[in-house]
Amino acid sequence: MRIAIRNGRVIDPASGRDEPADLAIAGDRIVAIGEKAAGFEAERTIEATGLVVAPGLVDLAARLREPGQEHEGMLESELAAAAAGGVTSLVCLPDTDPVLDEPGLVEMLKFRARKLSRCRVFPLGALTRRLEGQALTEMLELTEAGCVGFSQVDVPVTDTLVLQRALQYASTHGYAVWLRPQDAWLGKGVAASGAVATRLGLSGVPVAAETIALHTLFELVRATGARLHLCRLSSAAGVALLRQAKAEGLPVTADVSINSLHLTDVDIGYFNADMRLTPPLRQGADRAALQAALADGTIDALVSDHNPVAEDQKNLPFGEAEPGATGLELLLPLALRWGADRGLSLGRSLARVTCEPVRVLGDVLGSLASSAGRLVEGGVADICLFDPQAEWRVTPEALSSQGKHTPFAFGSTGMGLRGRVRTTLVAGTIAFDRRP
Amino acid sequence: MLNRRNPQLNQHGELIHLLSIEGLPRAVLTQILDTAGTFLSVNEREVKKVPLLRGKSVFNLFFENSTRTRTTFEIAAKRLSADVLNLDIARSSTAKGESLLDTISNLSAMHADMFVVRHGESGAPHLIAQHCAPHVHVVNAGDGRHAHPTQGLLDMYTIRHYKRDFSQLSVAVVGDIVHSRVARSDIHGLTILGVPDIRAVGPKTLVPGDLAQMGVRVCHDMAEGIRDADVIIMLRLQNERMSGAMLPSAGEFFKSYGLTPEKLALAKPDAIVMHPGPINRGVEIDSAVADGRQSVILPQVTFGIAVRMAVMSTIAGNQA
Repeated sequence: MRIAIRNGRVIDPASGRDEPADLAIAGDRIVAIGEKAAGFEAERTIEATGLVVAPGLVDLAARLREPGQEHEGMLESELAAAAAGGVTSLVCLPDTDPVLDEPGLVEMLKFRARKLSRCRVFPLGALTRRLEGQALTEMLELTEAGCVGFSQVDVPVTDTLVLQRALQYASTHGYAVWLRPQDAWLGKGVAASGAVATRLGLSGVPVAAETIALHTLFELVRATGARLHLCRLSSAAGVALLRQAKAEGLPVTADVSINSLHLTDVDIGYFNADMRLTPPLRQGADRAALQAALADGTIDALVSDHNPVAEDQKNLPFGEAEPGATGLELLLPLALRWGADRGLSLGRSLARVTCEPVRVLGDVLGSLASSAGRLVEGGVADICLFDPQAEWRVTPEALSSQGKHTPFAFGSTGMGLRGRVRTTLVAGTIAFDRRP
Repeated sequence: MLNRRNPQLNQHGELIHLLSIEGLPRAVLTQILDTAGTFLSVNEREVKKVPLLRGKSVFNLFFENSTRTRTTFEIAAKRLSADVLNLDIARSSTAKGESLLDTISNLSAMHADMFVVRHGESGAPHLIAQHCAPHVHVVNAGDGRHAHPTQGLLDMYTIRHYKRDFSQLSVAVVGDIVHSRVARSDIHGLTILGVPDIRAVGPKTLVPGDLAQMGVRVCHDMAEGIRDADVIIMLRLQNERMSGAMLPSAGEFFKSYGLTPEKLALAKPDAIVMHPGPINRGVEIDSAVADGRQSVILPQVTFGIAVRMAVMSTIAGNQA
């Protein structure tokens, strides 16, 4: 289909373009931006006055809960949530049931996602079989099946010899390893160590759980040369170590979740299980360091850490509740809120959820690497149109995801957020359209 | 960000549940202690009953076993003329896979008026209070490491009984504080009632430095911790902590932190010794101290009934 988007404010964070312009799409490509789009004959015209026309968002961490956990979320509902959130590419995690450790499972997931054509799905494969931290997976086969990297999600490899070998092997083939820095033993608590956990009598996760793991990982990266992506940093001390590692020139990148970026352990209040998250929410100084690191580029990308959790898994005492929160539909407004709080331009705020995560993924995206997360003539037409002024409240009814639990929906009214997606295009096809 | 109103108070600031001592106004605490004083005499009468909860059903929900605490709540409720049902949930419905809130819904359908809840997870009584019908009251009888507010209140009652004024006291809490809901409730109670000097005493594995964030002075040395104290609260050391990574042995703990007559001599001459029970003789406390003239461990038990009567009658009289 030939689509014209007229009179929008076109923002391409990668090039710095931010101006009123028209945009012409034919097939799955953007064919013209600005004056060249003037005479374009469209079958459908989208009137975008007052809207921002931005690249579709790229989310480096979303659980779709398939296969195996369909009661928590399903491909259909969660990819609909992605589209409703303006997310056109997402990286999904391998801690499904069964674990994504076999090429057949990855191919099936990619196939089913492609059929829904709501969002591009890039799975991470398991780094070790069944995530058990013992035997390596067939990384070559998994990559051919479509995996973009290898991860242990929330199950640290406790055996450092295995970890070293996994990094050596991945590095042999140039595959990226995605790990959340967490010491297996110190990380066993349910809330961040500190005044809140002490007062509430919740078992704590000290900052050392993150920093010890970071020290270990950086040593192994030095020894193996493996490309490492650090998932969900949570502490100021972790940020400081990452900054040093980057200054040293280690091949590392990192992300932070919308939850750690905006919340602290004080938000746990009276045992609110919606604040039960992994990694746990830390203190104000940690949040400030994460916000600053995302602004100065020490942290490369902002992620939704989307994890739909069913009602019966959340309505439990805090420590027994399943960690996680829905997030795909909150990524855009929470990126904008962070940017607005810091006085950043829209383009700079959007970079952390568009072109920067694409840079983290790198060559593994193949031909997409040069145009996903950007608006370029001849590039893929993955586009998010949003109203930057629209205010909405995070209530269960306002979310497409099957997961209704989010820290941002507390109270009966939900938190007020600014910035709402109007239309999402994936490969030139309308994946989501909200009536104004 | 946003914190909701303290869930145990109604919009008039009256107590409708007792979930934790933390955040309660001093007047609410003082009123419960005063009310408990009036119930003490009831417990000494030949007919030990008052009709304040007549026709009400109190359900004791113990997800964790505790015969002693359950018994004191049962006695307190019966002396208020309530009907009491003891549900030993540790061995019934949760073992069959029923969720906590389903259990609560079922029991609510049996027209319970009050739940007395003991649970192994911190915050479980908050969850129940949030989800039960508005007329149902919840009393926390101990949740995880978080709170044991009736024990805290009876400890405050005991201290007030023997020391009268909180504003000049030095109180030492000794032992496994990090895992102790009693310690947390005591610390909150003491702070609210104006005790200027609260010391948390024990090894770093059981009394980590972050406890200072609760407004106490952390002491790893027993002599320093109890010197010139007016009140010494010894905590029970759980069996599972006596050998392992927390402590090498019960004997070694006793050597450093067990309360012996020699160590007690460091405290003020009229210091009182308290313990929430059941005591481990020769682990945290020497028999000579437990049975000695400064021990008020048995009066604590007596006061405990009156305090629980005061709590139940107070919250039952307030509406959500």
